[in-house]
Amino acid sequence: MSNSETMASLDPQPDKSRRTLLLAGTGALGVVGAGFAAWPFYASWKPSAKARVIGAPVEAFIGDLQPGQILRVQWRGQPIGLLRRSEEMISLLPEIEGDLSDPNSDNAEQQPDYAQNQHRSLKPDLLVMNMFCTHLGCVPELITEVGAQPFEQNWKGGFFCPCHKSKFDLAGRVYSGVPAPANMVIPPYSYIDDNTIMIGVDPEGAA
Amino acid sequence: MAKPASTLSRQVDAVGSWIDQRIPISSFWKAHISEYYAPKNFNIMYFFGSLAMLVLVNQIVTGIFLTMHYKPDAAEAFASVEYIMRDVEWGWLIRYMHSTGASFFFIVVYLHMFRALMYGSYKSPRELVWILGVFIYLVLMAEAFLGYVLPWGQMSYWGAQVIVSLFGALPVIGDPLVEWIRGDFFISDATLNRFFALHVVALPLALIMLVVLHLAALHEVGSNNPDGVEIKKNKDAQGRPLDGIPFHPYYTVKDIFGVGVFLTLFAFVIFYAPEFGGYFLEKDNFVEANPQVTPQHIVPVWYFTPYYAILRGVPDKLLGVLLMGAAVMILFLMPWLDRSKVRSIRYKGWGSKIMLAVFAVTFIRLGMLGVAEGTTAETIETRFWTFMYFAFFALMPFISKYEKTKPVPERVTS
Amino acid sequence: MKRFKTPTASNLTMRLKLFCAAALLSATSGLMAAGGYEGLESSGINVQDIASLQRGAGLFMNYCHSCHSAEYMRYQRLAQDLELPEEMVEENLIYGDREITDYMIAAMPDNSSDWFGKKPPDLTLKARSRGPDWIYTFLKSYYLTDEGWNNKILANSAMPNVLWQLQGIQRPVVETYEDDTGVSHSEVTALELEQAGLQTPEEFEQTIRDITAFLEYMAEPVILERERMGIWVLLFLVIFTFAAWLLYHEYWKDVKK
Repeated sequence: MSNSETMASLDPQPDKSRRTLLLAGTGALGVVGAGFAAWPFYASWKPSAKARVIGAPVEAFIGDLQPGQILRVQWRGQPIGLLRRSEEMISLLPEIEGDLSDPNSDNAEQQPDYAQNQHRSLKPDLLVMNMFCTHLGCVPELITEVGAQPFEQNWKGGFFCPCHKSKFDLAGRVYSGVPAPANMVIPPYSYIDDNTIMIGVDPEGAA
Repeated sequence: MAKPASTLSRQVDAVGSWIDQRIPISSFWKAHISEYYAPKNFNIMYFFGSLAMLVLVNQIVTGIFLTMHYKPDAAEAFASVEYIMRDVEWGWLIRYMHSTGASFFFIVVYLHMFRALMYGSYKSPRELVWILGVFIYLVLMAEAFLGYVLPWGQMSYWGAQVIVSLFGALPVIGDPLVEWIRGDFFISDATLNRFFALHVVALPLALIMLVVLHLAALHEVGSNNPDGVEIKKNKDAQGRPLDGIPFHPYYTVKDIFGVGVFLTLFAFVIFYAPEFGGYFLEKDNFVEANPQVTPQHIVPVWYFTPYYAILRGVPDKLLGVLLMGAAVMILFLMPWLDRSKVRSIRYKGWGSKIMLAVFAVTFIRLGMLGVAEGTTAETIETRFWTFMYFAFFALMPFISKYEKTKPVPERVTS
Repeated sequence: MKRFKTPTASNLTMRLKLFCAAALLSATSGLMAAGGYEGLESSGINVQDIASLQRGAGLFMNYCHSCHSAEYMRYQRLAQDLELPEEMVEENLIYGDREITDYMIAAMPDNSSDWFGKKPPDLTLKARSRGPDWIYTFLKSYYLTDEGWNNKILANSAMPNVLWQLQGIQRPVVETYEDDTGVSHSEVTALELEQAGLQTPEEFEQTIRDITAFLEYMAEPVILERERMGIWVLLFLVIFTFAAWLLYHEYWKDVKK
């Protein structure tokens, strides 16, 4: 390179060690500073105080919910279904476990500890569930009739997703061989009294 | 150990040259950074160009994040700013960085422009560098004004009212023009909405484009320096200026130091005086816009006050507007008003030195009068300084041509 | 969520903060005067004094909030910043069926303008639009005439002196003078305490200082955090700048004079 010769205006110092040290030091400080400066911009995308207030727990009255009936409420913008299951529905839950991919709710992400049971709920009759399909977020239909369906011969009632044909039982447990990878999500909830549910708050002592 | 390392570096080189054959990154880097030769005698006044770039980046980044939370709607705008200040995590910091950045932008730009006046950086062959710079300044003023409307406080509203009404001074087309700008019969939601679009999209694009052109023009002709000596006149065998040093690393490390000093001052204002005594964020702007009530003491933000003073000092609407416009536009003529043989104030005569000093005082004094109450005595004083403002430009061709200058050295002094 | 600090650390931060404030004040006091009002007393507030803010919050809720809203402020934020337990705020400071997460909207119905001639203004940002000195002097400047309450700072204010039981009753000292054209003017030049209140004048000054401090906080809740963290940011930047200065001089050894 023709330009490699030192310029007339420059007289490069032979000892470069101090320079390297200062370069590394200033560079490190600069990176730390940039990191600190980037944090507020990252954090400003988190749910704001307003969003958190709107996302506060919601109450739902279930006193007049009949067996087989579902009540839909919103919590944090999510559709939450409250389904009252009849004795018969509860009794059918064990029968199809062979067709399910996670019958024991081993995937701890999908429900709080207190809903890791066969009926996936605090009390066997009432299912409180986030209605989003775990595949791509459509809302599956509740189909309570027992018997052959176009999508399933041995249907014992459950949720069927119209978007990509995923199937769930009446506890939101996913069938094997469908696109949805996991059981439907049970949100944290608790009973204020026998007729009132608080969605978004764990039962006392269960946190 | 050595072999794999050299293989790796050969692979990196290969990727580098693959890219370089397709897009001229390394030649661009050389031409504008590592082999852009800047005079070695830059002084403190030469920090403000790179600092202006820094503030521009700050305004763009913080601005983008503010648009994510702000609502350009007359019914919601004011509350959405308080939402940013209170509910959005760190929103207050982003907002203060933006509001303080606006004022610092003007501080930096005014010093940058004054540097050009001191050292004759507008003179041939740098006329276009200067003219593009004046365009940047114009767009910046428009951008700042539009941005000030967005919080939709009382000063936002009445500032918009006054500035938009200026266009009404034009004969014949004035009134329809004002109506067209507002998009309504008063400053309203429609006005806010279009000002928002201009502030966040149109003018930033224009600003960035102008900055690119400003730098391209500068790098084509090369930087001036405090001696006003053309360093390209004295070159070594390879064609490199004898008084030049590569921008990188010498001016990059120097500018990083400048950035440190700047950020320290910037942070001090953000954390301890974000309102800056009502100058950066005006008190009345913490009251939501009310089209029925004008605040008692309405003044623009400090960086507009010299021009505002000129406007207020003239007892005729149209003349005032024209004079205010002329005060800015006359800057375009600088390269031709200065007929001196020398560039730098260092080698100009006493006449030019006194004129420049008086001009600095004039500008500051007009700024102070612009925020004052506007008593009779102040109005008379304003007229005096308005006269002095234009006198600077009017006398320049004569003083610069006929005054006795000092001999300019062949090479830069240190 | 409570923060615990060792006394020494908080002392140091406090001292640095005071230093910064002093440096700033001396730098900008000349400028500050420009945008102000005449005849204002210095409020002497310390917005970082949490105890003062807590007292101010209590006074605000008791004396102001029944008529005045603070529509951008949440009760919850107040509890958090003022280090008060939420339950305590709910029980003692919030009236009616308001939730802790609600904005602080006054209990007064919307037809309140019938009572005072105009709707009591929102107070969230009052300290930023008027300044703390104005609020402090305003609260101190009520006087009683035969026509009722008036205020030396805001003549014919629609608001009565809600603090009169604490302050007592002030009477105006009126001076009459003639201007150049012979028209006579009367001006309230001073206020005299005619009937003592429940508090001594010094206690009352502290009371309104607490209210003013609270309003100053409420206008910008982040002021507490901002002033505390600013010193660390500055400290970092000073160190960075020093390192950059060393680096700059190291490189510039190459450059011939």
